[in-house]
Amino acid sequence: MKLILHIWRQPGPKAPGRMERFDLDGISEHMSFLEMLDLLNEKLTAEGKEPIAFDSDCREGICGMCSLVINGVPHGPEKGTTVCQLHMRHFRDGQEIWIEPWRAKPFPIVKDLVVDRSSMDRVMAAGGYVSVNAGSAPDANSVLVGKDTAEQAFEAAACIGCGACVAACKNASGMLFVAAKVSHLGLLPQGREERMRRVRRMVEAMDQEGFGNCTNQYECEATCPKEIPVAFIARMNRDFLKAALFSS
Amino acid sequence: MGWVATFFRSSIGSKFLMALTGILLLFFVLGHMTGNLLIFQGAEALNAYAHWLHDHPKFLWTSRIVLLAIFVIHVTTAIRLKLENMAARPVSYVKGRTLKATLASRSMVFTGLLLLAYILFHLLHFTLGVVQKDATGPSGPGGEKDVYAMVVTSFGNPVYAAGYILAIALLWLHLWHGIASFFQTMGWSHPRWTPLFTFLGKALSLLIFLGYVSVPFSVLTGLLKLPAGGN
Repeated sequence: MKLILHIWRQPGPKAPGRMERFDLDGISEHMSFLEMLDLLNEKLTAEGKEPIAFDSDCREGICGMCSLVINGVPHGPEKGTTVCQLHMRHFRDGQEIWIEPWRAKPFPIVKDLVVDRSSMDRVMAAGGYVSVNAGSAPDANSVLVGKDTAEQAFEAAACIGCGACVAACKNASGMLFVAAKVSHLGLLPQGREERMRRVRRMVEAMDQEGFGNCTNQYECEATCPKEIPVAFIARMNRDFLKAALFSS
Repeated sequence: MGWVATFFRSSIGSKFLMALTGILLLFFVLGHMTGNLLIFQGAEALNAYAHWLHDHPKFLWTSRIVLLAIFVIHVTTAIRLKLENMAARPVSYVKGRTLKATLASRSMVFTGLLLLAYILFHLLHFTLGVVQKDATGPSGPGGEKDVYAMVVTSFGNPVYAAGYILAIALLWLHLWHGIASFFQTMGWSHPRWTPLFTFLGKALSLLIFLGYVSVPFSVLTGLLKLPAGGN
Protein backbone atom coordinates (compact mmCIF):
# COMPACT_ATOMS: atom_id res chain seq x y z
CA MET A 1 0.00 0.00 0.00
CA LYS A 2 0.99 3.58 -0.61
CA LEU A 3 -0.28 6.50 1.48
CA ILE A 4 -0.06 10.28 1.53
CA LEU A 5 0.38 11.34 5.16
CA HIS A 6 -0.09 14.83 6.58
CA ILE A 7 1.43 14.83 10.06
CA TRP A 8 1.57 17.56 12.72
CA ARG A 9 5.19 18.51 13.41
CA GLN A 10 6.10 20.66 16.39
CA PRO A 11 9.69 20.67 17.71
CA GLY A 12 8.75 21.61 21.29
CA PRO A 13 5.99 22.80 23.65
CA LYS A 14 6.39 26.48 22.82
CA ALA A 15 7.52 26.15 19.20
CA PRO A 16 5.05 26.78 16.39
CA GLY A 17 3.76 23.66 14.63
CA ARG A 18 2.56 22.83 11.12
CA MET A 19 1.36 19.93 8.99
CA GLU A 20 4.09 18.17 7.02
CA ARG A 21 3.46 15.88 4.05
CA PHE A 22 5.07 12.43 3.71
CA ASP A 23 4.59 9.95 0.86
CA LEU A 24 5.05 6.44 2.23
CA ASP A 25 5.27 3.30 0.14
CA GLY A 26 5.61 -0.38 1.02
CA ILE A 27 2.92 -0.52 3.73
CA SER A 28 1.42 -3.94 4.43
CA GLU A 29 -2.32 -4.02 5.08
CA HIS A 30 -1.63 -6.27 8.09
CA MET A 31 0.38 -3.56 9.83
CA SER A 32 -1.15 -1.67 12.69
CA PHE A 33 -1.32 2.11 12.34
CA LEU A 34 1.61 2.48 14.74
CA GLU A 35 3.70 -0.06 12.80
CA MET A 36 3.04 2.05 9.71
CA LEU A 37 4.45 5.06 11.60
CA ASP A 38 7.41 2.90 12.74
CA LEU A 39 8.08 2.19 9.07
CA LEU A 40 7.99 5.90 8.29
CA ASN A 41 10.34 6.65 11.19
CA GLU A 42 12.85 3.98 10.02
CA LYS A 43 12.80 5.63 6.62
CA LEU A 44 13.26 9.10 8.12
CA THR A 45 16.11 7.88 10.37
CA ALA A 46 17.86 6.24 7.41
CA GLU A 47 17.58 9.53 5.53
CA GLY A 48 19.13 11.32 8.51
CA LYS A 49 15.89 13.20 9.30
CA GLU A 50 14.19 13.67 12.66
CA PRO A 51 11.69 10.82 13.26
CA ILE A 52 8.12 11.64 14.27
CA ALA A 53 7.47 11.58 18.02
CA PHE A 54 4.30 9.70 19.02
CA ASP A 55 3.16 7.88 22.16
CA SER A 56 2.66 4.14 22.45
CA ASP A 57 3.27 1.45 25.02
CA CYS A 58 1.40 -1.86 25.26
CA ARG A 59 0.17 -1.91 21.65
CA GLU A 60 -2.66 -4.22 22.68
CA GLY A 61 -5.34 -1.65 23.40
CA ILE A 62 -5.23 -1.58 27.19
CA CYS A 63 -2.67 0.99 28.34
CA GLY A 64 -4.24 4.17 26.95
CA MET A 65 -0.94 5.59 25.79
CA CYS A 66 -1.52 5.88 22.02
CA SER A 67 -3.21 9.12 21.15
CA LEU A 68 -3.58 10.11 17.51
CA VAL A 69 -6.39 11.99 15.84
CA ILE A 70 -6.75 10.37 12.42
CA ASN A 71 -8.78 12.30 9.83
CA GLY A 72 -10.46 14.23 12.63
CA VAL A 73 -11.36 11.23 14.78
CA PRO A 74 -9.41 10.29 17.93
CA HIS A 75 -8.11 6.70 17.55
CA GLY A 76 -9.24 6.69 13.91
CA PRO A 77 -12.24 5.46 11.96
CA GLU A 78 -12.84 2.04 13.59
CA LYS A 79 -15.40 2.03 16.42
CA GLY A 80 -14.23 0.85 19.85
CA THR A 81 -10.58 0.60 18.82
CA THR A 82 -7.36 2.24 19.97
CA VAL A 83 -4.83 3.41 17.36
CA CYS A 84 -2.51 0.51 18.14
CA GLN A 85 -5.28 -1.97 17.32
CA LEU A 86 -6.26 -0.17 14.13
CA HIS A 87 -4.99 -1.96 11.04
CA MET A 88 -4.03 -0.56 7.66
CA ARG A 89 -6.59 -2.75 5.88
CA HIS A 90 -9.19 -0.18 6.95
CA PHE A 91 -7.56 2.36 4.63
CA ARG A 92 -7.49 2.55 0.85
CA ASP A 93 -4.34 2.38 -1.25
CA GLY A 94 -3.31 5.93 -2.13
CA GLN A 95 -5.51 7.48 0.57
CA GLU A 96 -4.61 10.84 2.14
CA ILE A 97 -4.49 10.70 5.94
CA TRP A 98 -4.26 13.59 8.37
CA ILE A 99 -2.63 12.79 11.75
CA GLU A 100 -2.86 15.28 14.62
CA PRO A 101 -2.27 15.23 18.38
CA TRP A 102 -5.04 15.44 21.05
CA ARG A 103 -6.00 19.11 21.11
CA ALA A 104 -6.97 20.55 24.50
CA LYS A 105 -5.55 23.15 26.86
CA PRO A 106 -5.01 20.57 29.65
CA PHE A 107 -3.00 18.44 27.15
CA PRO A 108 -0.03 20.63 26.16
CA ILE A 109 2.03 19.30 23.25
CA VAL A 110 5.45 17.95 24.22
CA LYS A 111 6.63 17.23 20.69
CA ASP A 112 4.95 16.40 17.35
CA LEU A 113 2.10 14.03 18.29
CA VAL A 114 3.03 13.56 21.96
CA VAL A 115 0.89 15.40 24.53
CA ASP A 116 1.29 15.69 28.30
CA ARG A 117 -1.74 14.14 30.00
CA SER A 118 -0.61 14.67 33.62
CA SER A 119 -3.75 16.76 34.12
CA MET A 120 -5.70 13.48 34.15
CA ASP A 121 -3.31 12.05 36.74
CA ARG A 122 -3.93 15.07 38.96
CA VAL A 123 -7.71 14.55 38.62
CA MET A 124 -7.17 10.89 39.65
CA ALA A 125 -5.01 11.95 42.60
CA ALA A 126 -7.85 14.18 43.80
CA GLY A 127 -10.15 11.22 44.49
CA GLY A 128 -9.82 8.39 42.01
CA TYR A 129 -8.89 5.86 44.64
CA VAL A 130 -10.27 3.89 47.58
CA SER A 131 -8.75 4.57 51.02
CA VAL A 132 -8.26 1.27 52.81
CA ASN A 133 -6.25 0.17 55.79
CA ALA A 134 -3.84 -2.33 54.35
CA GLY A 135 -4.11 -5.66 56.11
CA SER A 136 -4.67 -9.26 55.20
CA ALA A 137 -6.90 -9.91 52.19
CA PRO A 138 -10.60 -10.30 53.08
CA ASP A 139 -12.25 -13.69 52.63
CA ALA A 140 -13.61 -14.26 49.16
CA ASN A 141 -17.33 -13.42 48.84
CA SER A 142 -17.43 -11.76 52.26
CA VAL A 143 -18.46 -8.53 50.52
CA LEU A 144 -21.39 -9.22 48.23
CA VAL A 145 -21.80 -7.32 44.96
CA GLY A 146 -24.85 -7.83 42.78
CA LYS A 147 -24.25 -9.08 39.27
CA ASP A 148 -25.87 -6.01 37.62
CA THR A 149 -23.88 -3.61 39.77
CA ALA A 150 -20.65 -5.46 39.08
CA GLU A 151 -21.34 -5.33 35.33
CA GLN A 152 -22.10 -1.63 35.47
CA ALA A 153 -18.98 -0.87 37.52
CA PHE A 154 -16.93 -2.93 35.11
CA GLU A 155 -18.31 -1.04 32.13
CA ALA A 156 -17.02 2.18 33.71
CA ALA A 157 -13.78 0.56 34.85
CA ALA A 158 -12.98 -0.25 31.23
CA CYS A 159 -11.76 3.36 30.90
CA ILE A 160 -8.05 3.32 30.05
CA GLY A 161 -7.65 7.07 30.62
CA CYS A 162 -6.39 7.76 27.10
CA GLY A 163 -8.14 11.14 26.82
CA ALA A 164 -9.89 10.45 23.49
CA CYS A 165 -13.13 11.79 25.03
CA VAL A 166 -11.43 15.12 25.66
CA ALA A 167 -9.88 15.15 22.19
CA ALA A 168 -13.23 14.36 20.56
CA CYS A 169 -15.36 16.74 22.63
CA LYS A 170 -16.35 19.95 20.83
CA ASN A 171 -15.56 21.74 24.11
CA ALA A 172 -12.51 19.69 25.18
CA SER A 173 -14.43 18.54 28.26
CA GLY A 174 -13.12 15.72 30.42
CA MET A 175 -16.49 14.64 31.79
CA LEU A 176 -16.70 11.14 30.32
CA PHE A 177 -13.31 10.28 31.83
CA VAL A 178 -14.15 11.70 35.26
CA ALA A 179 -17.65 10.19 35.14
CA ALA A 180 -16.21 6.75 34.39
CA LYS A 181 -13.80 6.95 37.33
CA VAL A 182 -16.38 8.35 39.75
CA SER A 183 -18.95 5.71 38.74
CA HIS A 184 -16.61 2.74 38.72
CA LEU A 185 -15.54 3.38 42.30
CA GLY A 186 -18.85 4.75 43.56
CA LEU A 187 -20.83 1.71 42.46
CA LEU A 188 -18.82 -0.81 44.47
CA PRO A 189 -19.03 -1.28 48.24
CA GLN A 190 -15.33 -0.58 48.74
CA GLY A 191 -15.61 2.82 47.09
CA ARG A 192 -19.07 3.79 48.26
CA GLU A 193 -17.92 5.30 51.56
CA GLU A 194 -16.03 8.07 49.78
CA ARG A 195 -18.52 8.49 46.95
CA MET A 196 -19.66 12.04 47.77
CA ARG A 197 -16.25 13.39 48.69
CA ARG A 198 -14.74 11.77 45.59
CA VAL A 199 -17.15 13.35 43.10
CA ARG A 200 -16.72 16.81 44.62
CA ARG A 201 -12.94 16.65 44.65
CA MET A 202 -12.53 15.11 41.21
CA VAL A 203 -14.90 17.61 39.56
CA GLU A 204 -13.11 20.45 41.34
CA ALA A 205 -9.74 19.15 40.11
CA MET A 206 -11.14 18.72 36.59
CA ASP A 207 -12.36 22.34 36.55
CA GLN A 208 -9.00 23.60 37.82
CA GLU A 209 -7.15 21.88 34.99
CA GLY A 210 -9.03 23.95 32.41
CA PHE A 211 -11.09 21.26 30.70
CA GLY A 212 -14.15 22.59 28.86
CA ASN A 213 -17.78 22.09 29.82
CA CYS A 214 -20.10 19.31 28.68
CA THR A 215 -22.92 20.33 26.34
CA ASN A 216 -24.41 16.83 25.87
CA GLN A 217 -23.28 16.35 22.28
CA TYR A 218 -21.96 12.81 22.92
CA GLU A 219 -18.93 12.96 20.62
CA CYS A 220 -17.01 11.36 23.54
CA GLU A 221 -19.22 8.27 23.57
CA ALA A 222 -18.88 7.94 19.79
CA THR A 223 -15.07 7.95 19.97
CA CYS A 224 -14.29 6.18 23.26
CA PRO A 225 -12.19 3.09 22.40
CA LYS A 226 -13.86 1.30 25.32
CA GLU A 227 -17.35 2.53 24.28
CA ILE A 228 -18.19 3.94 27.70
CA PRO A 229 -21.74 5.35 27.58
CA VAL A 230 -22.66 8.95 28.46
CA ALA A 231 -25.17 7.58 30.97
CA PHE A 232 -22.22 7.70 33.39
CA ILE A 233 -22.06 11.49 32.93
CA ALA A 234 -25.73 11.69 33.95
CA ARG A 235 -24.84 9.55 36.95
CA MET A 236 -21.98 11.87 37.88
CA ASN A 237 -24.30 14.90 37.57
CA ARG A 238 -26.68 13.20 40.05
CA ASP A 239 -23.86 12.37 42.43
CA PHE A 240 -22.42 15.88 42.22
CA LEU A 241 -25.80 17.46 43.01
CA LYS A 242 -26.32 15.09 45.94
CA ALA A 243 -22.81 15.82 47.21
CA ALA A 244 -23.34 19.59 46.95
CA LEU A 245 -26.71 19.47 48.70
CA PHE A 246 -26.16 16.95 51.46
CA SER A 247 -22.54 16.02 52.11
CA SER A 248 -20.57 17.93 54.69
CA MET B 1 -24.41 30.11 51.30
CA GLY B 2 -20.88 29.92 49.94
CA TRP B 3 -21.52 26.39 48.72
CA VAL B 4 -24.31 27.61 46.45
CA ALA B 5 -21.97 29.98 44.59
CA THR B 6 -19.25 27.32 44.45
CA PHE B 7 -21.77 24.82 43.10
CA PHE B 8 -23.11 27.07 40.35
CA ARG B 9 -19.63 28.17 39.28
CA SER B 10 -18.44 24.58 38.82
CA SER B 11 -18.73 22.93 35.43
CA ILE B 12 -21.56 20.61 36.51
CA GLY B 13 -23.31 23.29 38.55
CA SER B 14 -23.31 25.53 35.46
CA LYS B 15 -24.93 22.68 33.54
CA PHE B 16 -27.73 22.56 36.11
CA LEU B 17 -28.10 26.33 35.85
CA MET B 18 -28.48 26.13 32.07
CA ALA B 19 -30.90 23.20 32.28
CA LEU B 20 -33.11 24.68 35.02
CA THR B 21 -33.34 28.18 33.55
CA GLY B 22 -33.83 26.58 30.13
CA ILE B 23 -36.78 24.49 31.28
CA LEU B 24 -38.37 27.51 33.01
CA LEU B 25 -38.03 29.45 29.75
CA LEU B 26 -39.66 26.50 27.99
CA PHE B 27 -42.66 26.86 30.32
CA PHE B 28 -42.85 30.52 29.33
CA VAL B 29 -42.63 29.58 25.65
CA LEU B 30 -45.54 27.15 26.15
CA GLY B 31 -47.58 29.73 28.09
CA HIS B 32 -46.95 32.41 25.48
CA MET B 33 -47.95 29.99 22.73
CA THR B 34 -51.21 29.11 24.51
CA GLY B 35 -51.99 32.82 24.70
CA ASN B 36 -51.19 33.30 21.02
CA LEU B 37 -53.43 30.42 19.97
CA LEU B 38 -56.43 32.21 21.50
CA ILE B 39 -56.41 34.19 18.25
CA PHE B 40 -58.15 31.23 16.61
CA GLN B 41 -61.09 31.72 19.01
CA GLY B 42 -61.56 35.18 17.61
CA ALA B 43 -60.67 38.77 18.39
CA GLU B 44 -62.65 38.91 21.64
CA ALA B 45 -60.90 35.93 23.23
CA LEU B 46 -57.40 37.24 22.42
CA ASN B 47 -58.18 40.81 23.45
CA ALA B 48 -59.88 39.68 26.65
CA TYR B 49 -56.74 37.73 27.59
CA ALA B 50 -54.47 40.69 26.78
CA HIS B 51 -56.66 43.08 28.77
CA TRP B 52 -56.85 40.68 31.69
CA LEU B 53 -53.03 40.69 31.86
CA HIS B 54 -52.92 44.48 31.79
CA ASP B 55 -55.64 44.71 34.45
CA HIS B 56 -53.39 42.71 36.81
CA PRO B 57 -50.22 44.79 36.83
CA LYS B 58 -48.81 43.10 39.97
CA PHE B 59 -49.03 39.68 38.37
CA LEU B 60 -47.80 40.97 35.02
CA TRP B 61 -44.77 42.81 36.41
CA THR B 62 -43.80 40.04 38.83
CA SER B 63 -43.86 37.60 35.90
CA ARG B 64 -41.86 39.98 33.73
CA ILE B 65 -39.16 40.55 36.36
CA VAL B 66 -38.83 36.83 37.19
CA LEU B 67 -38.71 36.00 33.49
CA LEU B 68 -36.06 38.65 32.86
CA ALA B 69 -33.93 37.32 35.73
CA ILE B 70 -34.16 33.73 34.41
CA PHE B 71 -33.37 34.95 30.91
CA VAL B 72 -30.32 36.95 32.04
CA ILE B 73 -28.95 33.96 33.99
CA HIS B 74 -29.49 31.66 30.99
CA VAL B 75 -27.75 34.02 28.55
CA THR B 76 -24.83 35.12 30.75
CA THR B 77 -24.09 31.55 31.87
CA ALA B 78 -24.15 30.41 28.24
CA ILE B 79 -21.68 33.11 27.22
CA ARG B 80 -19.37 32.34 30.17
CA LEU B 81 -19.41 28.61 29.31
CA LYS B 82 -18.80 29.27 25.61
CA LEU B 83 -15.75 31.42 26.43
CA GLU B 84 -14.42 28.71 28.78
CA ASN B 85 -14.99 26.08 26.11
CA MET B 86 -13.17 28.10 23.49
CA ALA B 87 -10.27 28.58 25.89
CA ALA B 88 -10.16 24.83 26.53
CA ARG B 89 -9.18 24.22 22.90
CA PRO B 90 -6.82 27.05 21.94
CA VAL B 91 -5.62 25.32 18.74
CA SER B 92 -8.33 23.70 16.65
CA TYR B 93 -7.96 20.63 14.46
CA VAL B 94 -6.73 21.05 10.91
CA LYS B 95 -9.08 18.25 9.91
CA GLY B 96 -12.09 18.31 12.24
CA ARG B 97 -14.89 15.77 12.07
CA THR B 98 -18.24 15.29 13.77
CA LEU B 99 -19.59 11.82 14.52
CA LYS B 100 -22.65 12.25 16.69
CA ALA B 101 -23.23 15.92 17.51
CA THR B 102 -26.21 17.41 15.68
CA LEU B 103 -26.56 20.73 13.87
CA ALA B 104 -28.87 21.76 16.72
CA SER B 105 -26.40 20.88 19.48
CA ARG B 106 -23.45 22.51 17.73
CA SER B 107 -25.29 25.76 17.06
CA MET B 108 -26.84 26.34 20.52
CA VAL B 109 -24.87 29.53 21.16
CA PHE B 110 -25.59 30.92 17.68
CA THR B 111 -29.31 30.10 17.71
CA GLY B 112 -29.43 31.44 21.28
CA LEU B 113 -27.79 34.77 20.42
CA LEU B 114 -29.90 35.19 17.27
CA LEU B 115 -33.01 34.50 19.37
CA LEU B 116 -31.85 37.10 21.89
CA ALA B 117 -31.54 39.65 19.07
CA TYR B 118 -34.98 38.72 17.74
CA ILE B 119 -36.59 38.89 21.19
CA LEU B 120 -35.30 42.45 21.63
CA PHE B 121 -36.80 43.34 18.24
CA HIS B 122 -40.03 41.50 19.13
CA LEU B 123 -40.39 43.56 22.33
CA LEU B 124 -39.82 46.80 20.41
CA HIS B 125 -42.30 45.63 17.80
CA PHE B 126 -45.27 44.29 19.78
CA THR B 127 -44.78 45.22 23.44
CA LEU B 128 -43.46 48.76 23.03
CA GLY B 129 -44.96 49.30 19.56
CA VAL B 130 -42.19 51.50 18.24
CA VAL B 131 -41.29 49.58 15.09
CA GLN B 132 -44.47 49.46 13.04
CA LYS B 133 -46.41 52.32 14.66
CA ASP B 134 -49.42 52.23 12.32
CA ALA B 135 -50.08 48.55 13.06
CA THR B 136 -49.19 48.31 16.75
CA GLY B 137 -50.49 51.54 18.28
CA PRO B 138 -53.50 51.70 20.67
CA SER B 139 -56.86 51.58 18.95
CA GLY B 140 -59.46 50.69 21.62
CA PRO B 141 -61.93 53.20 23.01
CA GLY B 142 -59.98 53.59 26.27
CA GLY B 143 -56.62 53.76 24.49
CA GLU B 144 -56.15 50.02 24.98
CA LYS B 145 -54.56 47.92 22.29
CA ASP B 146 -56.62 45.85 19.88
CA VAL B 147 -54.16 42.95 19.97
CA TYR B 148 -56.04 40.98 17.34
CA ALA B 149 -55.89 43.85 14.83
CA MET B 150 -52.26 44.46 15.73
CA VAL B 151 -51.26 40.85 15.00
CA VAL B 152 -53.25 40.58 11.79
CA THR B 153 -51.98 43.92 10.44
CA SER B 154 -48.35 43.21 11.37
CA PHE B 155 -48.23 39.73 9.90
CA GLY B 156 -50.07 41.01 6.85
CA ASN B 157 -46.67 42.43 5.96
CA PRO B 158 -44.74 39.41 4.59
CA VAL B 159 -41.40 40.82 5.78
CA TYR B 160 -42.46 40.85 9.44
CA ALA B 161 -44.14 37.46 9.06
CA ALA B 162 -41.04 35.91 7.45
CA GLY B 163 -38.76 37.34 10.16
CA TYR B 164 -41.03 35.87 12.83
CA ILE B 165 -41.18 32.45 11.16
CA LEU B 166 -37.39 32.42 10.84
CA ALA B 167 -36.97 33.25 14.54
CA ILE B 168 -39.38 30.47 15.50
CA ALA B 169 -37.41 28.06 13.31
CA LEU B 170 -34.30 29.02 15.33
CA LEU B 171 -36.26 28.35 18.52
CA TRP B 172 -37.21 24.93 17.14
CA LEU B 173 -33.53 24.12 16.52
CA HIS B 174 -32.55 25.41 19.98
CA LEU B 175 -35.20 23.30 21.71
CA TRP B 176 -34.50 20.24 19.55
CA HIS B 177 -31.25 19.87 21.52
CA GLY B 178 -32.27 21.77 24.65
CA ILE B 179 -35.25 19.76 25.88
CA ALA B 180 -33.65 16.32 25.46
CA SER B 181 -30.43 17.70 26.97
CA PHE B 182 -32.30 18.78 30.11
CA PHE B 183 -32.89 15.17 31.16
CA GLN B 184 -29.24 14.15 30.72
CA THR B 185 -28.03 17.14 32.73
CA MET B 186 -30.47 16.46 35.56
CA GLY B 187 -29.07 12.96 35.65
CA TRP B 188 -32.34 11.37 34.57
CA SER B 189 -30.79 8.83 32.28
CA HIS B 190 -32.11 5.32 31.93
CA PRO B 191 -31.84 2.87 29.03
CA ARG B 192 -35.62 2.49 28.95
CA TRP B 193 -36.64 6.14 29.37
CA THR B 194 -33.88 8.20 27.71
CA PRO B 195 -34.89 7.35 24.10
CA LEU B 196 -38.51 8.24 24.96
CA PHE B 197 -37.55 11.56 26.62
CA THR B 198 -35.35 12.43 23.64
CA PHE B 199 -38.17 11.65 21.22
CA LEU B 200 -40.72 13.61 23.25
CA GLY B 201 -38.34 16.58 23.50
CA LYS B 202 -37.93 16.71 19.75
CA ALA B 203 -41.65 16.23 19.19
CA LEU B 204 -42.45 19.05 21.62
CA SER B 205 -39.98 21.38 19.89
CA LEU B 206 -41.74 20.65 16.57
CA LEU B 207 -45.17 21.24 18.15
CA ILE B 208 -43.96 24.58 19.49
CA PHE B 209 -42.72 25.52 16.02
CA LEU B 210 -46.07 24.60 14.45
CA GLY B 211 -48.06 26.33 17.19
CA TYR B 212 -46.24 29.64 16.85
CA VAL B 213 -45.98 29.60 13.07
CA SER B 214 -49.69 28.82 12.66
CA VAL B 215 -50.51 32.47 13.48
CA PRO B 216 -48.48 34.29 10.75
CA PHE B 217 -49.27 31.41 8.38
CA SER B 218 -53.00 31.89 8.92
CA VAL B 219 -52.70 35.65 8.42
CA LEU B 220 -50.69 35.26 5.22
CA THR B 221 -53.12 32.71 3.81
CA GLY B 222 -56.14 34.80 4.75
CA LEU B 223 -57.56 32.43 7.39
CA LEU B 224 -57.31 35.22 9.94
CA LYS B 225 -58.43 38.66 8.77
CA LEU B 226 -59.61 41.96 10.13
CA PRO B 227 -63.36 42.20 10.75
CA ALA B 228 -65.22 43.85 7.87
CA GLY B 229 -65.48 47.58 8.36
CA GLY B 230 -62.56 47.59 10.83
CA ASN B 231 -59.32 49.47 10.34
